[in-house]
Amino acid sequence: MKYTTETMLVGLAAFLALLGAGFAADEPFRAHSYVLFVVLALATIVLMRRIDFSGDKMIPLRADGSQTGPRGGLAAQSQSAATASVAYMDDVVRYGVIATVFWGIVGFLVGVVIASQLAWPDLNIQPWFNFGRMRPLHTSAVVFAFGGNALIATSFYVVQRTCRARLWGGNLAWFVFWGYQLFIVMAATGYLLGITESREYAEPEWYVDLWLTVVWVAYLAVFLGTLVRRKEPHIYVANWFYLAFIVTIAMLHVVNNLSLPVSFLGAKSYSAFSGVQDALTQWWYGHNAVGFFLTAGFLGMMYYFVPKQANRPVYSYRLSIIHFWALIFLYIWAGPHHLHYTALPDWAQTLGMVFSIMLWMPSWGGMINGLMTLSGAWDKLRTDPVLRMMVISIAFYGMSTFEGPMMSIKSVNSLSHYTDWTIGHVHSGALGWVGMISFGAVYHLTPKLWGRERLYSLRLVNWHFWLATLGIVVYAAVMWVSGIMQGLMWREYGEDGYLVYSFAETVAAMHPYYVLRMLGGAMFLVGALIMAFNVYKTIRGDLRREVPMGTQTLQPAE
Amino acid sequence: MDFDYHTMRAFADSWMLLAMALFFLGVVGFVLRPGARRAADEAAAIPLKDD
Repeated sequence: MKYTTETMLVGLAAFLALLGAGFAADEPFRAHSYVLFVVLALATIVLMRRIDFSGDKMIPLRADGSQTGPRGGLAAQSQSAATASVAYMDDVVRYGVIATVFWGIVGFLVGVVIASQLAWPDLNIQPWFNFGRMRPLHTSAVVFAFGGNALIATSFYVVQRTCRARLWGGNLAWFVFWGYQLFIVMAATGYLLGITESREYAEPEWYVDLWLTVVWVAYLAVFLGTLVRRKEPHIYVANWFYLAFIVTIAMLHVVNNLSLPVSFLGAKSYSAFSGVQDALTQWWYGHNAVGFFLTAGFLGMMYYFVPKQANRPVYSYRLSIIHFWALIFLYIWAGPHHLHYTALPDWAQTLGMVFSIMLWMPSWGGMINGLMTLSGAWDKLRTDPVLRMMVISIAFYGMSTFEGPMMSIKSVNSLSHYTDWTIGHVHSGALGWVGMISFGAVYHLTPKLWGRERLYSLRLVNWHFWLATLGIVVYAAVMWVSGIMQGLMWREYGEDGYLVYSFAETVAAMHPYYVLRMLGGAMFLVGALIMAFNVYKTIRGDLRREVPMGTQTLQPAE
Repeated sequence: MDFDYHTMRAFADSWMLLAMALFFLGVVGFVLRPGARRAADEAAAIPLKDD
């Protein structure tokens, strides 16, 4: 392959980053530009080492007419290009699977670290590794790096399989993959350097946002282009969910990040909105990041991988279409429930609450559709821990989409808001639903993508399943107790009409729960490490000799 | 045409709301129309055809 133009562009970008460092308007931008320069310079070196100089334009070494090399090479090249345009483009999916596993472990590890920081504040290392900077690193690493890579990789895989067409745009898919990794690296290093817009789940500053916009438009082009040249007449429902995710995230990202930089070469920008409008825009974005990134995208995953793993068509295809339209029509209105009892007009709060409660219906319709896909094949759960993982993820989806609407009711929210209950709810959705369905997809894809007979070990998948499930149960249960305790302590008045507890007393009361929460997260992390080992061995082609799952050891009759 | 907040707001909670509600009901009606079952079964089989 030739990457001459790409290499030159990356090299030029590295030089521009160096200029940005030289002329930076503020110190954080200078530091961030140096980070960008190092990343791009390394990328240039890697690309240069991969350029193949043996093309037909080279001056032949011998002029005696025996130069079959270049011509033969050319013929072979065009032939391989011809076959490659028919076959699926899976290399980028392979990279995506590895990136998913890698960023997953980074994100879970940072999560365990910040949980420990809450339990033992001495672990806050100033200034780069304090909780305030590490927390967005954790959320972005798990949501955008782990979840985003899982979505990009599986969407590229699913859209090709269900359209029976190769990805559109040639190397554009590679641009999407590497451009997205660059976004992750810039966002993560920015947080640690203290560069932030202070908008939850949208912390990266304006120049990183602009880069993500470019990458996302390319992603949309690749996905749409593949849909346009599909050979299957019908667009399978999983692709509808993926497309809704891509389009809506583009809209949310652009609107929420409308801001004015202070300087062209400075890290600071100010939002285009102010006051309660700013808050509402942020939570319109924030809740739809949950609705369209963490739900719609992963539902696309569910509608492809659960039928594949169970080897049965989805329970009701018609229900899946109603699920789709109901979900996207309702989710977009739910954001105001993050702003109960604030300066937001009361009617808007009630609107957000009502739409959140209505969301319960499509969510459970989808859950039932996913679970019932297994009807008549429930026995597979005994022998297939990958399918078990997908089923538990749907169960957690049902649980957290019941809990969410309940918490959006104003009277419940007055107890739960700002407490750890919210954190527990987010994690039962993120670890349980998003994490488990992604693990299931990774386990399904790895043997297929690398042409292996099966996974290295199903018993290790079973270990991962139980560690992750127990980890989530510990985490969520502990956060319920701690959150409700916290909420009740905050609102406890004495007979004299004064608050009974000071804020510091409520913090001290949570210490044991924080320690337990860290243990739950650590179990989830160990499970993910087992997955990484299993995926590594599968890619290498090793097969562990083991007793198949679900076989009983029979006792001889006496 | 005047695009201030109140005009947009009045449009959003009248005609736009009606249009979206009708679209949604149209989708449900289309999905549940007679004869849709066969098309749905064919569509559901797409992932299972091959790799």
